[in-house]
Amino acid sequence: MKSLLKYIKDYKKESILAPLFKMLEASFELMVPLVMAAIIDKGIADSDTPYIFKMGAILLLLAAVGLISAVTAQYFSAKAAVGFATKLRNALFSHIQELSYTELDTIGTNTLITRMTSDVNQLQNGVNLTLRLLLRSPFIVFGAMIMAFTVDVKAALIFAVTIPLLAIVVFGIMIVSIPLYKKVQSALDRILGRTRENLSGVRVIRAFCNEDKEIAAFTEENQTLLDLQVFVGKISAAMNPVTYIIVNIALVVLLQTGAIRVDSGIITQGEVVALVNYMSQILVELVKLANLIIQLTKALACAKRVEGVFAITPSMSDGTPPPLQSDTNVTNQPETDIIKFEHTGLAYSQSSEESLTDIDFSIKRGETVGIIGGTGSGKTSLVNLIPRFYDATSGSVLINGKNIKEYDTQALRQKIGVVPQKAVLFKGTIKENLLWGNENASLDDIENALNISQSKEFVDEKEGRLDFMIAQGGKNLSGGQRQRLTIARAIVRNPDILILDDSASALDYATDARLRAALRQMREDMTVIIVSQRTSSIQHADKIVVMDDGHIAGIGTHAELLENNEIYQEIYYSQYKDDKQAKTLISHKAAQTTA
Amino acid sequence: MQKKGINGIKQGTDTNKNIIKTVLFHIGKYKFYLLFSILMAAASVVLTLYIPILTGKAVDCIVCAGNVDFAGLFEILKTMAVIILITAVVQWLMNTSNNKIAYQVVRDVRQEAFEKLEILPLKYIDSHSHGDIVSRIIADVDQFSDGLLLGFTQLFTGVVTIVGTLLFMLSINVSTTIVVVILTPLSFFIAGFIAKRTFNMSKLQSETRGEQTALINEIIDNQKVVKAFGREKKVIGQFDEINGRLQKASVKAIFFSSLTNPCTRFVNSLVYAGVGIMGAFFAITGRISVGQLTSFLSYANQYTKPFNEISGVITELQTALACAGRVFEFIEEKPQIPDSPDAVTLTDTQGAVNMDNVSFSYNPEQKLIQNFNLNVKKGQRVAIVGPTGCGKTTVINLLMRFYDVNSGSIKIDGTDIRNLTRKSLRDSFGMVLQETWLHAGTIRENIVMGKPDATDDEVIAAARAAHAHSFIKRLPMGYDTVITEDGGSLSQGQKQLLCITRVMLCLPPMLILDEATSSIDTRTEIKISQAFNTMMKGRTSFIVAHRLSTIREADIILVMKDGNIIEQGSHDELISKENGFYANLYQSQF
Repeated sequence: MKSLLKYIKDYKKESILAPLFKMLEASFELMVPLVMAAIIDKGIADSDTPYIFKMGAILLLLAAVGLISAVTAQYFSAKAAVGFATKLRNALFSHIQELSYTELDTIGTNTLITRMTSDVNQLQNGVNLTLRLLLRSPFIVFGAMIMAFTVDVKAALIFAVTIPLLAIVVFGIMIVSIPLYKKVQSALDRILGRTRENLSGVRVIRAFCNEDKEIAAFTEENQTLLDLQVFVGKISAAMNPVTYIIVNIALVVLLQTGAIRVDSGIITQGEVVALVNYMSQILVELVKLANLIIQLTKALACAKRVEGVFAITPSMSDGTPPPLQSDTNVTNQPETDIIKFEHTGLAYSQSSEESLTDIDFSIKRGETVGIIGGTGSGKTSLVNLIPRFYDATSGSVLINGKNIKEYDTQALRQKIGVVPQKAVLFKGTIKENLLWGNENASLDDIENALNISQSKEFVDEKEGRLDFMIAQGGKNLSGGQRQRLTIARAIVRNPDILILDDSASALDYATDARLRAALRQMREDMTVIIVSQRTSSIQHADKIVVMDDGHIAGIGTHAELLENNEIYQEIYYSQYKDDKQAKTLISHKAAQTTA
Repeated sequence: MQKKGINGIKQGTDTNKNIIKTVLFHIGKYKFYLLFSILMAAASVVLTLYIPILTGKAVDCIVCAGNVDFAGLFEILKTMAVIILITAVVQWLMNTSNNKIAYQVVRDVRQEAFEKLEILPLKYIDSHSHGDIVSRIIADVDQFSDGLLLGFTQLFTGVVTIVGTLLFMLSINVSTTIVVVILTPLSFFIAGFIAKRTFNMSKLQSETRGEQTALINEIIDNQKVVKAFGREKKVIGQFDEINGRLQKASVKAIFFSSLTNPCTRFVNSLVYAGVGIMGAFFAITGRISVGQLTSFLSYANQYTKPFNEISGVITELQTALACAGRVFEFIEEKPQIPDSPDAVTLTDTQGAVNMDNVSFSYNPEQKLIQNFNLNVKKGQRVAIVGPTGCGKTTVINLLMRFYDVNSGSIKIDGTDIRNLTRKSLRDSFGMVLQETWLHAGTIRENIVMGKPDATDDEVIAAARAAHAHSFIKRLPMGYDTVITEDGGSLSQGQKQLLCITRVMLCLPPMLILDEATSSIDTRTEIKISQAFNTMMKGRTSFIVAHRLSTIREADIILVMKDGNIIEQGSHDELISKENGFYANLYQSQF
């Protein structure tokens, strides 16, 4: 919580004034029983009509001043709470923007979204309630007791006993029932889980005729939840009656004691009435306080979770000293090896084993390189090192002869066009989406990119063409269309290095082939890296890197690898299995194309 | 989906009446609890209201020094003590009984909803958002029972309190009562006025919040892309802009809606002052005693409370009713057509499948399969091919009778599948889908889904045959390893192998297999295809095929495009078709 307090700093004035005004209101409330006592003791006893009017006017004045204080307090507290939440959300969002892939992997996007939305909202409510009520309730409870002491010390001792007793009961019941409520929650979670499972697995469950079994399991879990709820319900149902007994028995004792004190002339009848009123004020406030504490526990839990996100620091820093602009220009002082891996290894933060081990090869400027291998063989990990999405945990990566860590990351990524596996587009027009690649791209650049990525045809058919609105998540486009637009987006960048990470999987073979042909027609010095599971997508590459279990299992041309690389052969023939005709046909074709 | 919910609310009182009827029906089971609860509520209110009268009487016993009626006071205090204890017990009984009703109704409704879920046609489940269905069964049920039952008791006790207080006050003094009665509704009006005025501000706040949440979802979900294109600053700018608007809207909405409390409290104070002044005058003239004035004052404090609560309860009741509507709409959804009473149990299945003149589409406007005929003899292999998203699952949906044909018929060994029991039909198919689905539970539990009484040896034998034994053995707890719904640390391929083991264990006479595509590495893929081959021996099989070898080995190839079956025949027949879709596909692919 502490570290989050800084976001309320700008609202220091409001956060002090809000509770202050709230206490002011409470003070006025505390005065009411005394005024009433005066009316009884002086006004009624002496039949003093003007006095009653005067006191009545004071009651109205107290009410009016109370209203004004309360409204002021609500205003300041709303302003402080919302301001706090706004600052916090801003800071959190910016913080998330700074995180590198490693941290994003660890936390997970769902968690981050919950932190940004419901957790921050809960915190906002928490701050609002705290400012308004956290001081008010105890203030009234203890205020009422102090006022009672000013009336009569001996009678006030009853307050001194009642308040701790009430506190013990209220908080005792809370302490007992809160863990039980957690149990209820997890029982509910199980039911929820089963329901979700039955929806996602509906085909399998019905195929195996497991409906009755599922119903039986659900019935059991449902009953468990009911039993737990009834049990907890019995305990928390005791809260009101028990507090009721305590306060009212205290009232009986108070009346008895009051009678004795009045009889001996120490206090008046009106003062007894005032004491009775104070007692009932205490009950009301304690109930409010108990509710408030439940809310605050929730808010504190949220605060802890949000703090947890802030505690994660980005593991990557830019090159120091700040690199010069010219340094970032990857095309300047052209080295022949644009990318060079030197015994590079990568272990993801959560796993003990390396995902890439001893990667050692280089890519020449203008080359087209294919990377192939099974799932989990490290293809994506390998290409993710190039735009420095992850830092190598051993060895190094050189771009244009210089360690990648010495570049300004932003500038480095400017020069690289990445087409990720998951074809993600954002809500907005086609044009806006393409401009992600390069904000200053001209219309020509965009049209060109559409041509190369084989998107022109379907974009032409869309209403408004480039102004066609893409829905959230690109839902109004097919998978293949989305994929082609993500390719166009990377091409708009006019990158020095273009990385296609299995990004043609939704395209049919013919389109895939046309795409590759168009890419070859682009800038000669553009280096293209194609990750794929299909040999057909990469067999024309200048160089093919075969990955296996995080190692390089071979590098060479299609023909070379087919000749001497077992894994490549395995992959290749698994796609054309047991088909001698196809085998000969294709190796023949391959020989032709490589020749 | 959501539209439906909104329409449901808008349809007005008629539907509301129906919902209330259904709700009452569900509570009917617990009518004695309810009756008891109402009695207890009435008793507790009356008893609670009696305390201020007694307090007033006690105060009247304490006049001034030397003038205290100790004997009378003692009697009154004794009565008070007894009433306090009784009230507490009554309150506890009421609360407990309310809880019982609420929780049991929740249990019943959920049970009903879940049982409905198991017999709903796939069409409903496929076309409705799962999140929405879950929230109906879980959140809506809670909300409805809380809101409706607790709202109801609150409403009831509120009304009893108001009437009771009124009667008690009238019994003391009529004129002062009139002051209270005239002033109190003011708080009601003020609350209503504020609610109306703040409605637009709250709407703006929740709209802006919705906009922000959408942006958060989109950006954070795809944070890696944002980073790859260096758009961090841009999206922060976008976010700040919405955030700024949200701040303005929130401050307004929160401030104005938080005015309700101080304002009603103010009205309360007015009533209090009014009663104080009037009561004091009456006390001077001797029309009421000081004690009675005290009673009045505490009534004045209590009287406004139920009014404020009732205004809250009414909104709560409306929400609850809407939630109830959503739940019951789900429960009353038409179930799948039940097995006909004379449905035959498929025994000793040979596996001959005939599709005669089958027409089918998911919605009437978009025609899909039309007048389709297919004859599969026992033990034949059928490969289903076509581009991604061409609707290959449609055939599976029809064979498993997840969906019924619109016209024509599908026959197994000569019997229309609609005349078979669903259980026997589905038992005779073994299905492995590409989207692997696993239960939260142990590996063993997942494997024995189709044969709950399988022995350990059988399970291991099946796992061996599916090439899954070796990796299961290496898991921390072997076959007793608990996995989560999404399979946890298992790889896609391992999950697939588990699903194959599941089918391997019961080995039904017909198979439906979905071949793995790119998400599985080549070696696991080879294992899977070996497992497939073992299974397929002598069994009629339908395979959604991606692999050339599978396609070429098939007896019949179905070529699908845009949900429609456009070509059918053996490989040789189809390849020789001039400009045929399959022929083109084959040429471009291989």
